[in-house]
Amino acid sequence: MTNTGEGPKSLAELYWALTKLALQGFGGVFPVAQRVLVEERKWFTPQFFLEEWAVAQVLPGPNIVNLSVMLGSRCFGAMGAFVAVLGIFSMPALLLILVAIFFEQFREYPAVAGALHGMGVVSAGLIGGTSLKMAGSLKTHPLTFFGAITFTVITFILLAVLRFPLIPVLLVMGTSSVFLTYWKIKHSRVAKGSE
Amino acid sequence: MNISFSDWLTVLLHFASMSVFAIGGAIALIPEFHRFFIDEHAWLTEAQFSSGIALAQASPGPNALMLAMMGWNFGINATPVGYSHYAFAILGFVSCLLCALTPSCVLTFTATRWVQKNNEKMGVVAFKKGLAPVVIGSMLVSSWVIVRGDFVLANNWQIWLIALTTLLLVWGTKIHILWLLASGAAIGASGLLGSF
Repeated sequence: MTNTGEGPKSLAELYWALTKLALQGFGGVFPVAQRVLVEERKWFTPQFFLEEWAVAQVLPGPNIVNLSVMLGSRCFGAMGAFVAVLGIFSMPALLLILVAIFFEQFREYPAVAGALHGMGVVSAGLIGGTSLKMAGSLKTHPLTFFGAITFTVITFILLAVLRFPLIPVLLVMGTSSVFLTYWKIKHSRVAKGSE
Repeated sequence: MNISFSDWLTVLLHFASMSVFAIGGAIALIPEFHRFFIDEHAWLTEAQFSSGIALAQASPGPNALMLAMMGWNFGINATPVGYSHYAFAILGFVSCLLCALTPSCVLTFTATRWVQKNNEKMGVVAFKKGLAPVVIGSMLVSSWVIVRGDFVLANNWQIWLIALTTLLLVWGTKIHILWLLASGAAIGASGLLGSF
């Protein structure tokens, strides 16, 4: 890790940058994070940012939270990690509480209840559409697109149709998919090596 | 709803234990929390569950705030007679969010160096790529459980139509999600979808 970028100068600067970033993030903070931290502030080089993002995706927990912990701790240790997570959550949480209080006040009105209902249905569609977008990235998967999609479909059936709890499904499907992927990658690397 | 102190502990422990399983983010946990809050315990209504997620999506910030909204509605339902709904809602919001975040943040803090060092190793690459199809599957289920739960209650086929239209628009176009949410709010406010 040679050139990481300048980094923030103080904890306060880190806090406000992440607050600003979080407040711009509607349904996906990654593009905003890249623009604010790399292009505007130049705290991190694009290369370094991408590497950190890859690591954030491997670790459990929301990716953007992991990224905040990683960038914060790299600059200011444990305190930096704490301040970064605080930055990403405090203002959005406050705003959401105000929005929730507002809707709770008027929930009895049919139009407000109906609006919430409509937004709920649209949210479900948003999540489905985002998942399908992500499924596009499976085209280059080591298991081939068809193989990867098979895992997606079986997972869907186990959770949605047969209604199994998440953890056993994640353990069984995740482990078998990871092992098969490992075997495939190893196989292809060996094949390439012998050419 | 009669909710005791030990029910609060059950909820907070569930958030904490699911934290490290949030591979792919908070959205992938929706089916599990739907099962936990509605099927298993009946501590939230379908309307509260889906409107909480909707408000979190309509408001900026990380998706993990959806989990906080589950805590918010749980707090409202758990409010003892004579106390403020909002005090308990905020308590639920903050405590559930903290429990959902702390374990995975601690894990990230301690494991980052190791993963950075081994990021190119075959095992780490296989872990990342191997989990992707399974995570996408559980995200699709998140979408499914919200629409299905909604449909069972409101019994209105337009719900499927609107969810599917949104899905196709998100998948195929670059339309901003706030436009979609605003359209959903307008359609809902007109009474077309019926009420819960």
